[in-house]
Amino acid sequence: MNIILTNQTLQKSSITMSGDVVSIESYTSKAQHAKTCDIAIIGTGPVGLFAVFQAGLLGLKCILVDALERPGGQCAELYPEKPIYDIPAYPVISGQDLTDRLMEQIKPFNPEFLYSQQVAGLSKTQNGDFELVTTQGNTIIAPAVFIAAGAGSFVPRKPKVDNLAAFEEKSFFYAVRNRNTFVDRDVVIFGGGDSALDWTLDLLPQVKSLTLVHRRDKFRATPASIEAMRQAVEARRLKLVFGQLDSLAGSNGELETIAVKTADSAIEHIKADRALAFFGLNIELGPIAEWGLNLNSKLIEVDTEKFETSTPGIFAIGDINWYPGKLKLILSGFHECALAAQAAFKIARPDEKLVFRYTTSSSDLQQKLGVA
Amino acid sequence: MGFIHVTDRDGKTHDLEAVEGWRVMEIIREHGLPIEAVCGGACECATCHVHVASPWQGKLFPAREDEEDMLDELPEISEASRLSCQIIWSEKLNGLQLTLADD
Repeated sequence: MNIILTNQTLQKSSITMSGDVVSIESYTSKAQHAKTCDIAIIGTGPVGLFAVFQAGLLGLKCILVDALERPGGQCAELYPEKPIYDIPAYPVISGQDLTDRLMEQIKPFNPEFLYSQQVAGLSKTQNGDFELVTTQGNTIIAPAVFIAAGAGSFVPRKPKVDNLAAFEEKSFFYAVRNRNTFVDRDVVIFGGGDSALDWTLDLLPQVKSLTLVHRRDKFRATPASIEAMRQAVEARRLKLVFGQLDSLAGSNGELETIAVKTADSAIEHIKADRALAFFGLNIELGPIAEWGLNLNSKLIEVDTEKFETSTPGIFAIGDINWYPGKLKLILSGFHECALAAQAAFKIARPDEKLVFRYTTSSSDLQQKLGVA
Repeated sequence: MGFIHVTDRDGKTHDLEAVEGWRVMEIIREHGLPIEAVCGGACECATCHVHVASPWQGKLFPAREDEEDMLDELPEISEASRLSCQIIWSEKLNGLQLTLADD
């Protein structure tokens, strides 16, 4: 998995609190033309995706935002190949297949996806709609918001080094946003997976020097990449060090030396002015925690009739919500989608009457699905 | 019936009643201690990282390759590092001592 994060890191200082909502001015100023829809959905895991279906049957249009660059959430990111056995009517299905099938199922409703960005700010407009601003500067206006963010956003896992913050995004990176940053530099890359190896091979021809640091002589990457990496080591174009990051040294945000603790507890100092770390992904609740919603630990409290949060019009569905008896099952999330969609209809279409119909018999629903 | 002794991130040790056949992660989570265990025990996220006290390290089944692969992703691990979802509790582990790793 090669994830390029695009401007995901939020500057805390840019967040200004106004009442119980947050507006992020620096992002608002970058906002392009606002996109409008009936429901803005945060998260494209199975529950976020199925919400598009339930909303679509009611004629509601959705825009979805996800921190990752593709749909599926945990199912696609953590266990794409792992079998899931508790999806009704599927004795066994993999996380990736489940995602693919949901994408197929919601296709008739033509949802819009905004990937590789987080919702940074959420505020209420004068006419009562919600305005969501993403870290890529997109603005969504919607009368209802579904938070289907699972355990939160996937963010790069950071090493525990005291002075790390001084170098982050200046000379120490978790993703390549601009490869020129690394050209003609002494670069150290940490990690033993595909991301680490892909970027090692990719940047190798253009750097001054490159050192790959990994815990042990075992790599979890495409065999061809591992082979190419070993050849580069053999040809002395790439230095391979087995160990863990110990400390960083430099000044004014510019790295000079990286100390690595090797397996025999010796410290090896590597001259480096750029570093790239691929320590996998962590999950954080992120900006959602700042939206003034009632939380229970890191979960959002909802009622069990509409799965609405303490802020009317904002719903939370799937693993991110909490109510008495909550079970973190995909199954439960699907149920929550259906009920939240009914409630969202009343907000988005206050003057229309909602008739409950079945897809088996309703020609209206079948037309929406494109099968009639 | 038995116990495990878990030291939290504030240094406080909790004696947790263990259940035969449960994953140590599940025992910790069930007692309400802060352990993320995002993937729910699938050995896919490394958010149930613990440090096992040295007398106990040799009494555990060695980490399988998929556990080692996940440990590889953590920026900082030690000899004592294990994923608690991969340790199944049995009577032999009565008194197991471990410390929750930093987030």
